[in-house]
Amino acid sequence: MLAELTAPSDDHRWRLVEARIRRAGGEPDALIEILHTVQEAFGYLDTTALAFVSEALAIPPSRVYGVATFYSLFTLKPPGEHACVVCLGTACYINGAPAILARIRADLGIGPGETTDDLRVSLLTARCIGACSLAPVVVLDGEVAGGQTPESAIARLGAL
Amino acid sequence: MTEGALSETAARGGAPTRPARRKRWPVSPTGPVRATARVCMAASCLSSGADAVIDALAEQVEGAGLTDVAVKRVGCLGLCVAGPLVEVAETGELVANASPSGLDALVTTLAAVTSDSPQAARDPFLARQTRIVTENSGRIDPEDLDDYLAVGGYQALRTAVTSMTPAQVLTEMTTSGLRGRGGGGYPTGLKWQTVAKALGDVKYVICNADEGDPGAFMDRSVLESDPHRVLEGMAIAGYAVGARKGFVYCRAEYPLAVARLKIAIRQAKLEGLLGERIDDTTFGFDVEIRLGAGAFVCGEETALMASVQGGRGTPHPRPPFPASSGLWGRPTLINNVETFAAVAPIIRNGGAWYAGIGTNKSKGTKVFALAGHIVKTGLVEVPMGTTLREVVFEMGGGLTGGRPYKAIQTGGPSGGCIPEQFLDMPISYESLAEVGSIMGSGGMIVMDDTACMVDVAKYFMDFSREESCGKCTPCRVGTTQLWMLLDKITGGEATMADLEQVESLSQMVMDMSLCGLGQNAPNPIVSTLRYFRDEYVTHIIERRCPAGVCAMVRQGGER
Repeated sequence: MLAELTAPSDDHRWRLVEARIRRAGGEPDALIEILHTVQEAFGYLDTTALAFVSEALAIPPSRVYGVATFYSLFTLKPPGEHACVVCLGTACYINGAPAILARIRADLGIGPGETTDDLRVSLLTARCIGACSLAPVVVLDGEVAGGQTPESAIARLGAL
Repeated sequence: MTEGALSETAARGGAPTRPARRKRWPVSPTGPVRATARVCMAASCLSSGADAVIDALAEQVEGAGLTDVAVKRVGCLGLCVAGPLVEVAETGELVANASPSGLDALVTTLAAVTSDSPQAARDPFLARQTRIVTENSGRIDPEDLDDYLAVGGYQALRTAVTSMTPAQVLTEMTTSGLRGRGGGGYPTGLKWQTVAKALGDVKYVICNADEGDPGAFMDRSVLESDPHRVLEGMAIAGYAVGARKGFVYCRAEYPLAVARLKIAIRQAKLEGLLGERIDDTTFGFDVEIRLGAGAFVCGEETALMASVQGGRGTPHPRPPFPASSGLWGRPTLINNVETFAAVAPIIRNGGAWYAGIGTNKSKGTKVFALAGHIVKTGLVEVPMGTTLREVVFEMGGGLTGGRPYKAIQTGGPSGGCIPEQFLDMPISYESLAEVGSIMGSGGMIVMDDTACMVDVAKYFMDFSREESCGKCTPCRVGTTQLWMLLDKITGGEATMADLEQVESLSQMVMDMSLCGLGQNAPNPIVSTLRYFRDEYVTHIIERRCPAGVCAMVRQGGER
């Protein structure tokens, strides 16, 4: 069955996904791993991808969709060009993260989990990134900055 | 996951990652080493620019012609607040807030230092620790197996498989009195014995590295600083209980920990320390990594197993316990990272040695993550029985700005807030439970008088309602209703009847929920009501927030 995998298109990124599925021997247990690979390749999980994974692993689409929507790291919408993550861990929270988040929300006009209309910035919140000694922390495109204020966070966003 | 995936995860989940680039470091002299600079390359220091520091230091050491000085990448040095950190191995001198342009003094020190140099005065934060789990953190290169072997790594595994029977290993673990460090506190030896006795020729070992409590970063640090130690503990566990396969379930938010674990697994397999026929015996043990995808409930063991099997992370009722029916219905041993990291020293030094540390019922040491309104944030490992005051004031340097202490929050969303009158209480599983909190995985958030206890309770309830998996009604609906009631209180619209409802509903959610998430979710409310009831009352009667945190406007309906 594995040899008959047919990617939805000739987009070369499907090869990464196919390789991951083969490496897992087509076992449904690897579903989460495979969804990570799809999201890494395409940035998000669209219905085409979910249908492909479902067929490749021979499991119902409902199960794939159920898993994709259960875990907060998976997203079904295309992400923005930049990702701004406000950490809302306890240490960040009591050190002023709510004010930072409120300011960014007002500035970008979007809430957590949303992307600006021009697909430039996605706003995300994190449960805790474990960098509590730097609290409050805002991560912009993977760059962690500690000791943030609403002003410094906005300044970094403005410099994108 | 590939490096690309890691940075993608980092961008989304927010954790830092620096895939190992080929750099000038580590600088290892070919001849004898006179001095070694240890540069912390764990997540927190990396976020503060440790990679630029190690590059610059390597360059400057070479530039100064110091051919007998080594510049070494190490794991967490502990004092995260002062990162990037560099330690001079010979004297213990710690350079805080290192910057690439300010390394002249350090290079001068390195030029002069010898093994006879006087020891630097050590900060009480470091000096008062008893390091067992973290003994190699900040000393060895986490990506170098030889470094781990040089400090006696895998000796305990070799001893176990070549000269001990599984029963002897179980006895040592039971004697040690070690209890589950993930927070449950279940006796580790007993858990191992149960799995060992379970019928079945296929068994599994799982390492729970889904460190979900906000404000807790002990497991992350152990994995980033000494990954082989965890693998060794898992392999010893496999030998003792009769399992040949292990999984590390790690949260995807920790890309650096995952990367270092992967390197460690590959190295250990190449050296025959994992895989078939370990140390030429018939025992074999293989380890695979499984990634989480952002679900707090997956720290619960039955939910974790569902996730390892590729499903939604929803818990199921126990019994059956994982020890009899776990992964794919097979007997499964689940322990936390810190628990596994304590195994090798116990086998090396004997269970009685470990049992000699700590209190009557809580043995050994515990790693705590200090954060919040405290001067020295970072990781400390102390014997059980140390008091909160020693940890917060003597080691942690007290509260930032000298502000008054209000509470310390332990146990994350499942724990509680401990007020000042218990500061002199020795820390143990029992004592923390007695005052209405829990040990939890070891996060300690210190709060000063600017924190509003109602707001803190609401914060954790927001966490729990979002992370509730939705399988059982008391948790799914109860946490949401509790959050709405708290929102009413912080919004200045509540009556005393609402407070009564908070109390009765909390009790109901605790009694009726399926798993630990729901059963413990009301703890932050119950403990703050116990010690800070007046704050709730002020919000309700006077319609104001004594700490000035709550805007007295309802948030409800926002999402």
